[in-house]
Amino acid sequence: MAYALQQLVNGLTLGMIYGLIAVGYTMVYGIIGMINFAHGDVFMIGAFIGIIVITALSGITAVPLGLLAALIISAALCGLYGFSIERVAYRPLRGSFRLAPLISAIGMSILLENYVQTSQGALERAIPNLIPGGITLMRQDGFAVQLTWMQIAIMAVTLVVLAVFTYIVTKTPLGRAMRAVEQDAKMAALLGIDTNRTISTTFIIGSALAAMAGVMFLLYYGVIDFYIGFNAGIKAFTAAVLGGIGSLPGAVLGGLLIGLIEAFWSGYATVAYKDAAVYSILAIVLMFMPSGLLGRHEVEKV
Amino acid sequence: MSNVLSIQNISTFYGPIQALRDVSLEVNEGEIVTLIGANGAGKSTLMMTIFGQPRAKSGAILYRGENITALPTFQIARRGIAQSPEGRRVFPRMSVEENLLMGAQVVKYADYDSQLKMVLELFPRLEERFAQRAGTLSGGEQQMLAIGRALMSKPKLLLLDEPSLGLAPLVIKQIFGAIRSLNRETGLTVLLVEQNANQALRLAHRGYVLVNGALTMAGTGAELLAKPEIRAAYLEGGH
Ligand SMILES: Nc1ncnc2c1ncn2[C@@H]1O[C@H](COP(=O)(O)OP(=O)(O)OP(=O)(O)O)[C@@H](O)[C@H]1O
Ligand SMILES: [Mg+2]
Repeated sequence: MAYALQQLVNGLTLGMIYGLIAVGYTMVYGIIGMINFAHGDVFMIGAFIGIIVITALSGITAVPLGLLAALIISAALCGLYGFSIERVAYRPLRGSFRLAPLISAIGMSILLENYVQTSQGALERAIPNLIPGGITLMRQDGFAVQLTWMQIAIMAVTLVVLAVFTYIVTKTPLGRAMRAVEQDAKMAALLGIDTNRTISTTFIIGSALAAMAGVMFLLYYGVIDFYIGFNAGIKAFTAAVLGGIGSLPGAVLGGLLIGLIEAFWSGYATVAYKDAAVYSILAIVLMFMPSGLLGRHEVEKV
Repeated sequence: MSNVLSIQNISTFYGPIQALRDVSLEVNEGEIVTLIGANGAGKSTLMMTIFGQPRAKSGAILYRGENITALPTFQIARRGIAQSPEGRRVFPRMSVEENLLMGAQVVKYADYDSQLKMVLELFPRLEERFAQRAGTLSGGEQQMLAIGRALMSKPKLLLLDEPSLGLAPLVIKQIFGAIRSLNRETGLTVLLVEQNANQALRLAHRGYVLVNGALTMAGTGAELLAKPEIRAAYLEGGH
């Protein structure tokens, strides 16, 4: 019981990070119908910007302020990355054959990894735990369930970010424009929506969310390298598909589920096969629900 | 009368297929102009070419004297042209309210309340369905929503592509009545595509006939209504 509770806490923390990345995949897929394979690398760059800012500010400002600065600066710069990636690698190919932007995305992903590898080095980079300690939720048979301050901070930040994001998408003119372009880009243009600009904004927002996930990943694990984007990217992509690609709540739900599966599998079976467990469950879900857990399946008149 | 829309010798293609051949047409301030023609004549193509979707391959489109032929679609909309397009194209996963808000996006919501009041008075049905997802509306309700959405931007030129499609005769009458009164009271300029040639020609000040992508006839509504070839081609079994 206590052990399960511990896996739940760990799984939810990891799941929130996946969820934040997955939102970016699903947004881009929704609006231009492509899988942005470079998204995981934006997450990785976000983590690197985080470590640079945190290192630069350490000793100068208080820790919470430093972390907040890392989140904001990383989000802003990665927003710029996302904007540029779309401009350089995808927009020129719009209207081209379907696989073209996909190939371009893979190229962009390799480019970003190599760029970070050469500029930041191929070795792992580490930071100490900046928010040590925590609270003990319960004790049972000599096992103490720990909820660390770091986990609380990560969950709190994710919830705030997702709340703001949800508000933007559901209630503001910008969010409406994004959804309109997703549903019928030509009609949106007929109503005066600058679709290119809306697509750029989508990339900026998605990349900013991935950047914040990157910073939190850095804080949680304390170690990053230029290759973390690959694994986390595939997990988050899986989360988006599991939740139903194109569905924003689905992306968050999928992220949480994958975090939980990983945590429980590692806790009860073996760490070695945790990825296999994730993909097996994805395969099973898709067999019964081909459009994912919250994917669209209602009938619509067109 | 000042010129609102001047289409000059445009030709439009879908790949190798030519859909419009050297079409020229004028719409003046305060006019209701109708475009009639058989299925596949190119009426919807003309309406969409005005918005650059697809772009005219040759010729020019002038809106109040400004050449808009090469403008991005959203810029054309922001000049004050609105369209209720063929196929309605409501946003299926948005509520009726959100669809209407989308229509008002151009006017930056300044006149949102007054426009909304006008649209809901015209289509009380939309008020009943205000929170419903547009994709689940009936065909006729979607048509009302598409027209309402176009009106929300307080357009100076309104393009209506078969607004009567799928609507009950009573509602058609209502819509045509509304177009007439908007035109009389606010001077709204309208370009109207209709299958229902009889009613359209009665409503319109002038009309054009499109055959196989080319204009073959033009005249006042009454003139066209009186022409035997029009009666034979578009009005038989008419009301
Ligand atoms: N996207 C497209 N690709 C290829 N051909 C097209 C396309 N859209 C229309 N066409 C062709 O262009 C011609 C004109 O079509 P258009 O839709 O403008 O006709 P219409 O006058 O609006 O007809 P209807 O009364 O049936 O709505 C038709 O022959 C049609 O097949
Ligand atoms: Mg048509």
